[in-house]
Amino acid sequence: MNREDFPMLNQDIIYLDNGATTFKPKCVIDAMNDYYTKYSANAHRGDYDISYKVDVAYENARKNTAKFINAEPEEIVFTSGATDSLNIIANGFFKNILEAGDEVLITLSEHASNVLPWFKLSRDLGINVNYIELDSNLHVTINNVKKAINPRTKVISLAGITNVVGDERPIKEICRLAHDNNIFVVVDGAQSVPHKPTDVKDLDCDFLAFSAHKMMGPTGVGVLYGKRELLETIEPVSLGGGMNESFDSIDEVYLKDIPIRLEAGTQNIAGVIGLSAAIDYIQRIGLDNIDIHEIRLKKYFMEKIKDIKHVHVINEECDSGIIAFTVDDVFPQDVAYYLNKYHICVRAGNHCAKILKNAIGVKNTVRVSLYIYNTESEIDRLVELLSDKMRIIREMI
Amino acid sequence: MDSNLKREIILDNYSHPYNKNIDNVEGYIKVNSNNESCIDNIDLYLKIDDDIITDVRFDGEACAISTASTSIMIKNLIGKSIDEVLKYIENFEAMLEEKEYEDTDFNEAIVFDETYKQGNRRTCVTLPYVGIKKAIKEYQDNK
Repeated sequence: MNREDFPMLNQDIIYLDNGATTFKPKCVIDAMNDYYTKYSANAHRGDYDISYKVDVAYENARKNTAKFINAEPEEIVFTSGATDSLNIIANGFFKNILEAGDEVLITLSEHASNVLPWFKLSRDLGINVNYIELDSNLHVTINNVKKAINPRTKVISLAGITNVVGDERPIKEICRLAHDNNIFVVVDGAQSVPHKPTDVKDLDCDFLAFSAHKMMGPTGVGVLYGKRELLETIEPVSLGGGMNESFDSIDEVYLKDIPIRLEAGTQNIAGVIGLSAAIDYIQRIGLDNIDIHEIRLKKYFMEKIKDIKHVHVINEECDSGIIAFTVDDVFPQDVAYYLNKYHICVRAGNHCAKILKNAIGVKNTVRVSLYIYNTESEIDRLVELLSDKMRIIREMI
Repeated sequence: MDSNLKREIILDNYSHPYNKNIDNVEGYIKVNSNNESCIDNIDLYLKIDDDIITDVRFDGEACAISTASTSIMIKNLIGKSIDEVLKYIENFEAMLEEKEYEDTDFNEAIVFDETYKQGNRRTCVTLPYVGIKKAIKEYQDNK
């Protein structure tokens, strides 16, 4: 739907790598261009009209983002992306409260950005990083979370939806269980916020991270949500202009309140304005409609592919627009090269979840990740090209 | 060379890669080579006696082009001196970059003479050569 809104779709291309990044509608590009061409000044310096206009646009973007996930504006910190947000959460908050022997629970299907910051804390502090067991469909069940937690568990950090398998986690139930046991919950929302409604008050998660570029916004900007009382105690990882109140000497440095305190230096103003335009765009379409569209397309693909015996989908059970599959006797990279010859963009690999191979026994897959502008006829073309294995092998080089 | 023949040679080397086994590699120099931008990942094992490459073996997972390139490279390198190998690699890389080159005993490796037309596949072809250069450096450093 809405294909006419996307300049990238004016070319002969079938884009099925939306888990990596998404195309931008013209209204998002225009909003950023407007900033660069009509009021290109710095924020929080409002001594003149265009700078004041930036202040208003920037803070309106914060309010808009807050409303989008049902948070308060002061609970929204703009970052460079979900990775940045997760690193701030680990190094600015948990590094100061965790002790040797404490445990962080993740899973084998987390993205690198929700694994490596914890590995680093493990090396720095001597905390343990352990894994909640996945069930046979690679899902996280509340029972397995119950089994995994123990008196040393202090943090559960999970993707809302994973980027390889596309399974949606029961975050609300996990938060309830975790909080009953004094455990913090961090949600990596990079793959969930763009596709399904997110209500942080209803979920009751402690932190949430997501990126603008995976939801039709620009690259280089993302969001760190934290409950107000938790954000208050984050020690800024980055210090500099904009975030300090005053400073006279080493002992006399006064910082501003959250969230500004956590946004040192000139921010990605155009990016934040673009994110806000993307949120407006998503809300005009409706996240429920986006979700329904993706799941319908996935079901359509599953129906069409089921008679093609050399294609194996490893995540049929998952209710999201992510499809991971392998083709008998063909290396995933070669499938991707073959499809590229027909201008179809898919991703081959382990999708930054390098430890997942331990769980699925398949190192690499081909991943199709859908979004609002994908169509049934694109799926038809994909299935047609996958239907003849000898053709793939003949044409993959 | 006709493109169908090229495809046949590549597929043949992919389906039946030469020396893709690592039995008895004790005393071999082992190096890993992987492409940052994709998922090709191979381990190469070299036996070098008195500056002559007497054996090369490999293992790992890689695309058809990388696997075929490794197989063809191994056939070409065994028996060559280090100097000959370095000259071979220099010319081979020149061919991939569409520069002047001399066919220094390329044999089947000539199938990659038009790889420059597909920029994203050049790294597939060069994958094993990155590893070989690493191994030779290691050999020379330890001499």
